[in-house]
Amino acid sequence: MSEFKIVINGNTETVNVAEDTPLLWVLRDHLQLTGTKFGCGIAQCGACTVHLEGIPVRSCQIQVGAIGDQKITTIEGLSENGDHPVQKAWLELDVPQCGYCQAGQIMSAAALLKTNPNPTDADIDAAMNGNICRCGTYKRIKAAIKSAAVNS
Amino acid sequence: MALIKTSLGRRSFLKTSAMAGGGMLIGFSWFASCKTETESTMATLELPEEWYEINGFLKIGENGVVTIMSPNPEIGQNVKTSMPMIVAEELDIDWNNVIVEQAPLNTAVFSRQIAGGSQSIRQGWDGLRMAGGTARHMLKEAAAKTWQVPVEEITTDAGVLYHEASGKSAGYGEMASLAATLEVPEKVELKEVKDFKIIRTSRNNVDGMKIVTGKPLFGLDTYKEGMQIAMIIHPPAFGLKFKSFDDTGVRDMPGIKDIFTIKTYEEGYTMSMFDADAFKELVVITGDSTWEVMKAKKALKVTWEPFESYEDYYTGFGGGDPYPSKVPAGFESTEVHQQRMETMSEKLAKEVRKDGDPEKAFKNAAKVIERSYTAPFLAHNTMEPMNFYADVTDEKATLIGPIQTPEFMEKAVSARIGLPLEKIDIQMTRQGGGFGRRLYGHFVVEAAAISQKVKAPVKLVYTREDDMTFGNYRPSYHAYYRAALDADNNLIGFHVRAGGIPESPLFANRFPAGAIDNYLAESWEMDSNISVGAFRAPRSNFIAGVEQAFLDEVAEAVGKDPIDFRLELLEKAQKDPVGENNDYEADRYAGVLKLVREKSGWDQDSTHHRGVSAYFCHNSYVANVLEMTMDNDTPVIEKVWCAVDCGIVVNPIAASNMVEGGTIDGIGQSMFCGLTFKEGRPEQSNFDRYRMIRHSEAPKELEVAFVQNDIHPTGLGEPPFPPVVGALANALYKATGERHYHQPFVAERKLKS
Repeated sequence: MSEFKIVINGNTETVNVAEDTPLLWVLRDHLQLTGTKFGCGIAQCGACTVHLEGIPVRSCQIQVGAIGDQKITTIEGLSENGDHPVQKAWLELDVPQCGYCQAGQIMSAAALLKTNPNPTDADIDAAMNGNICRCGTYKRIKAAIKSAAVNS
Repeated sequence: MALIKTSLGRRSFLKTSAMAGGGMLIGFSWFASCKTETESTMATLELPEEWYEINGFLKIGENGVVTIMSPNPEIGQNVKTSMPMIVAEELDIDWNNVIVEQAPLNTAVFSRQIAGGSQSIRQGWDGLRMAGGTARHMLKEAAAKTWQVPVEEITTDAGVLYHEASGKSAGYGEMASLAATLEVPEKVELKEVKDFKIIRTSRNNVDGMKIVTGKPLFGLDTYKEGMQIAMIIHPPAFGLKFKSFDDTGVRDMPGIKDIFTIKTYEEGYTMSMFDADAFKELVVITGDSTWEVMKAKKALKVTWEPFESYEDYYTGFGGGDPYPSKVPAGFESTEVHQQRMETMSEKLAKEVRKDGDPEKAFKNAAKVIERSYTAPFLAHNTMEPMNFYADVTDEKATLIGPIQTPEFMEKAVSARIGLPLEKIDIQMTRQGGGFGRRLYGHFVVEAAAISQKVKAPVKLVYTREDDMTFGNYRPSYHAYYRAALDADNNLIGFHVRAGGIPESPLFANRFPAGAIDNYLAESWEMDSNISVGAFRAPRSNFIAGVEQAFLDEVAEAVGKDPIDFRLELLEKAQKDPVGENNDYEADRYAGVLKLVREKSGWDQDSTHHRGVSAYFCHNSYVANVLEMTMDNDTPVIEKVWCAVDCGIVVNPIAASNMVEGGTIDGIGQSMFCGLTFKEGRPEQSNFDRYRMIRHSEAPKELEVAFVQNDIHPTGLGEPPFPPVVGALANALYKATGERHYHQPFVAERKLKS
């Protein structure tokens, strides 16, 4: 066990965990930031996507000991009042069904729009292919990303 | 207005506070407990000082804000929004003044609290309407008493009571305290369908804001003071059972509390169908945090041994005498399954329905077409793995988590931990997918047994690997079809012989039964120790696609347009049905085919490869046209049209979402998915080897059209899934020139993915 200071959503948090603890479990078990979801544990489903210095990463694969002072943003910190353009588009198009994968989808989508404000369908497919939705909301997700792109 | 007697489900309208012996104000414990996490649908809604409980489904604040309980488990089918909409409609309230709460488990008030069979809206419809309608009537009576006018002269609109002659008006909140003291009416006036103001309008998901901001909603998000994390280790192969474990060095790993085994059900326990469970004894590790327990789980050495064949005893859905279910010993493999399905089906088959003289028809046929189809086991793969929170003490048990059958699991937990039902509180969370997997709640019982053993609250968490390799899978299926044509290409005989491991997919009385003079349906089953269960549109999820692919081939053989061919058969079934017990309405079946033909421009030429299909299940009708192109050897789905007849569409924005999702799911499962076995072991245990459909493979466009009618609503969670498998197979044929008989299609063909 070691003490780690990590910057999450602008706050410096201190956790006492093993060095190899994945960021996912630090967020969920130790900081009770449960918006970041556990889906597969092997970076295949995207449910645990967060931003590390603005880059979308799978938090199940990031060991807490490797984070250092890199800044992390989770779904809880994406916007103050749930009014990020991607969140607004998600609400307007009523994207979620069960909703479980959506935080990961939203984090991937927000990262995409940051680097590519006007993505094509192919750009969206490439950026989002790592996020699985068993409910099959892919069509609405694509539409919501396009809507958010227009409104960003 | 329609006058409906409230006697049907009348107990639902008894005040729960009265049942608890409480007063007029909300004194009943579950309202109080709900108050701590009141979920405001509209973030800006101001909460009242007092709530007045009109009936079990709703309470009204003095300021006119209304809380409506959503009775059923929410698994993504959107009942948490749609069911309260039905109550709000008959209450005649402004939806913006509504707070929705998840109801507690209390089937005396809320009747069928199950997410299954696409029945929540259909079976809830009358009760939900009456819950709103009786409350509205009681508010009118309160206004009539207050104003000293006849109740018949009171009208309502959007939460306001009016008496036109005197010019008086009052908000529901002003009359709520008096209304709450009145008798529940013997009869209630319900609205005419044409007068609906909320039903048939689009209302966004009441949990939408919480979902997009990552608020805790799901079972896995449950964290309580003093809670331990528990994980299980189950046999790695079907056919094995626990023998021993060696915890040398593991017990001392950081954060580990305990290592032991549990038997999920006690010896001699008679299971309900929802207790189904492949592995009877599990190794359990408990500890402080998920990661620490995961590491211990990897380090623990467990020894397994083969089991002898045995029988589980079950009671049926409706009760009755327990019946045995045989679980054979041995290690099964997909390769052997495939061979046995090909060679054994004819021998095992039993006749289920026969019309006319099919033997003679086939003997006299000028041409016979025969084809066989197969599909693999499927894992449900809900995105939220199985999990449950349990806090069991000597006095009571609190259980929180995702379960489609809470009432059944309450009984199973009661039997396992020895507490009476009233001491057990199962709280329903939002569920990260259900698809049938969470009908089978052995994990609820496991959590309760673990908590009782460690004398602490625990959250049981399955890894994805646990979830995928300890499933209640969609069975593996096989179907053989044969069609007899006469010299003029008339379809004179039809034969289906369908079966599966371990359950048959056959629906003998569905189309094309009733449309063909000489018809034979046979069914067979083969024992297996691989555990199976309901999977989105059970049985239909296979038989629809293969039947629709076979009919496509027959239509081609007789030189007819595939839609015309189906419509001719349906016309025959409508005008001159063959046999009895035909389980569909031919005109509604034809209706969705005609609608999809119109919407998709089927009668115009297309440069794309097109396939069509239609199916009836869960009381609803769906037809698809799917258009495909090929990019080198990769199929690209350009567009899918979905025509749906599910009666009244309660919430269009959510209903179309459900149809889009079911269509994508149906394409994904048949194109890519499959769980295979070698020596009893699942060969896929996570999404690296278990292929799921992804963004780039979804149809580029989806168009949903609903048949407009006033029929009371029918199923929607399941019906959009089955038929698209047929449309996909038929379009693949057009695109590749080859028929696809074996799922997943991507494995069969040289298709790239």
